Amino acid sequence: MSCLTVKDLKVGYDGHAVAEGISFQVNAGDYLCIVGENGSGKSTLIRTLLHLQEPISGEILYGEDLKRGEIGYLPQQTVVQRDFPASVREIVLSGCLPHIGIRPFYGKAEKELAAENMERMGITPLANRCYRDLSGGQQQRVLLARALCATKKCLLLDEPVAGLDPKVTAELYELIERLNKEGVTILMISHDVGGILSYCSHVLHIGKKVYFGTKEEYLNSSAGKAFLAVQEGGRD
Amino acid sequence: MWDTLLFYLAHAFVWKALIVGVLIALCSSLLGVTLVLKRFSFIGDGLSHVAFGAMAIASVMKLTNQMVLILPVTVLCAVLLLRTGQNAKIKGDAAIAMISVGALAFGYLIMNVFSASANISGDVCSTLFGSFSILTLTDAEVWLCVALSASVILIFIVFYHKIFAVTFDETFAKATGIQTGAYQLLIAVVIALIIVLAMNLVGSLLISALVIFPALSAMRLFYQFKSVTIASAILSVTCAVAGMLISILKGTPVGSTIVAVDVAVFAACCLLGWCQRRLGR
Ligand SMILES: Nc1ncnc2c1ncn2[C@@H]1O[C@H](COP(=O)(O)OP(=O)(O)OP(=O)(O)O)[C@@H](O)[C@H]1O
Ligand SMILES: [Mg+2]
Repeated sequence: MSCLTVKDLKVGYDGHAVAEGISFQVNAGDYLCIVGENGSGKSTLIRTLLHLQEPISGEILYGEDLKRGEIGYLPQQTVVQRDFPASVREIVLSGCLPHIGIRPFYGKAEKELAAENMERMGITPLANRCYRDLSGGQQQRVLLARALCATKKCLLLDEPVAGLDPKVTAELYELIERLNKEGVTILMISHDVGGILSYCSHVLHIGKKVYFGTKEEYLNSSAGKAFLAVQEGGRD
Repeated sequence: MWDTLLFYLAHAFVWKALIVGVLIALCSSLLGVTLVLKRFSFIGDGLSHVAFGAMAIASVMKLTNQMVLILPVTVLCAVLLLRTGQNAKIKGDAAIAMISVGALAFGYLIMNVFSASANISGDVCSTLFGSFSILTLTDAEVWLCVALSASVILIFIVFYHKIFAVTFDETFAKATGIQTGAYQLLIAVVIALIIVLAMNLVGSLLISALVIFPALSAMRLFYQFKSVTIASAILSVTCAVAGMLISILKGTPVGSTIVAVDVAVFAACCLLGWCQRRLGR
């Protein structure tokens, strides 16, 4: 069952295309990895999928059971003011905002959902800490818990592991994989191709040539081989 | 000193002034955190100048109730400034500067050219720095002020969580389907209301101080949005009452005395926060 279908999408700013010819389909429970060079338009694509900006042309179709607002989002950079006073609990709870509609306050259900997701991310002991005093890895977990409050179905993650050390990176990947096993559809941007390819089910490669297919197909395709070679070369 | 205080407190006009002062201080502190952190403070500053311009026109037109003109003009400008600010970031700043300085200049010009009053500079000075007019409030003005502040407080409580989400991370809120544009508009309108209200108390040049200082002081001591909001409300009200009592006793100008107390409290909070962190580590 398809929960997101994109047909010949062209994305960019002020009518100027950054990436075009993007077509892919995501089914419920998939783990799609979006790869591509810096500036190839990955973040732009995600922002377009979230209606944060308009597509230049093409179509984005959401599955019947995926209403707008039912997508959790982890931005590449959260522009939080340096001294914003906010506790972890307050931030995670704010992910429940779409559920309360016109009600002014959070009910018991939302508070339980927030507590549950903090437990899932292992940040319950940090609940009363101030967000800005946390480490990068802890902050990512808080934002992931917030995103999980917004959705049970689909998460869009924009470079969740950027700037994290290998150990925390592996932990975060495992968390995300567990979520995927629990039935959450994952779309994730990452430059860490080596790490990510062991987890994902599908790959979308954005660049001059757009490639979409399962992980196995990608690894055997010319686009995949070329990209991996560059990545490996860059690492040596 | 107690005798003098009790003597003044026996008068209805002092109580009216205190009620109005407390309400204004409460309202202006509520959105302080949002304003400080969202870099909206310059909008507040710009709007206060617009309110000054509107007031100049209103007094030249000899309107009995100046609010009728000041309120809609300021709200309209708040909406306009927010709109331009969203479209282009740098131009937005310039637009604010243009509108605010323009309003200030025109306000003064109009007052000078058309005013029949003998003491123009006195009039101007009292609109800029607040006057003793807070001590001569009519019942109608007090009720208007009560109604406006009640609606500001109500709006803030009802939309508290939405305001938090939009202030903390607008992109995420928007991505999850929250109408961020509508809430920003709401915030702008509320800011305009607060500014028009606060103009009575401290005058248009000192409004920003009333809005910003309590929030900044509270942020030295607390690290959760809720506690900062509550603390800044308490601090703001306390400072306003203290400032007004001092000004009544010593005959100092109301607005500047309140702001001076705010500044002193901010310094104290900085010190306390510093000690707190020292002991915490
Ligand atoms: N707000 C903007 N206005 C105009 N152009 C932009 C804007 N944001 C990004 N771009 C341009 O769009 C292109 C794609 O940017 P995007 O952020 O989507 O890249 P990316 O694939 O996410 O890169 P990275 O791997 O570095 O995150 C870049 O060339 C960038 O300069
Ligand atoms: Mg990016």
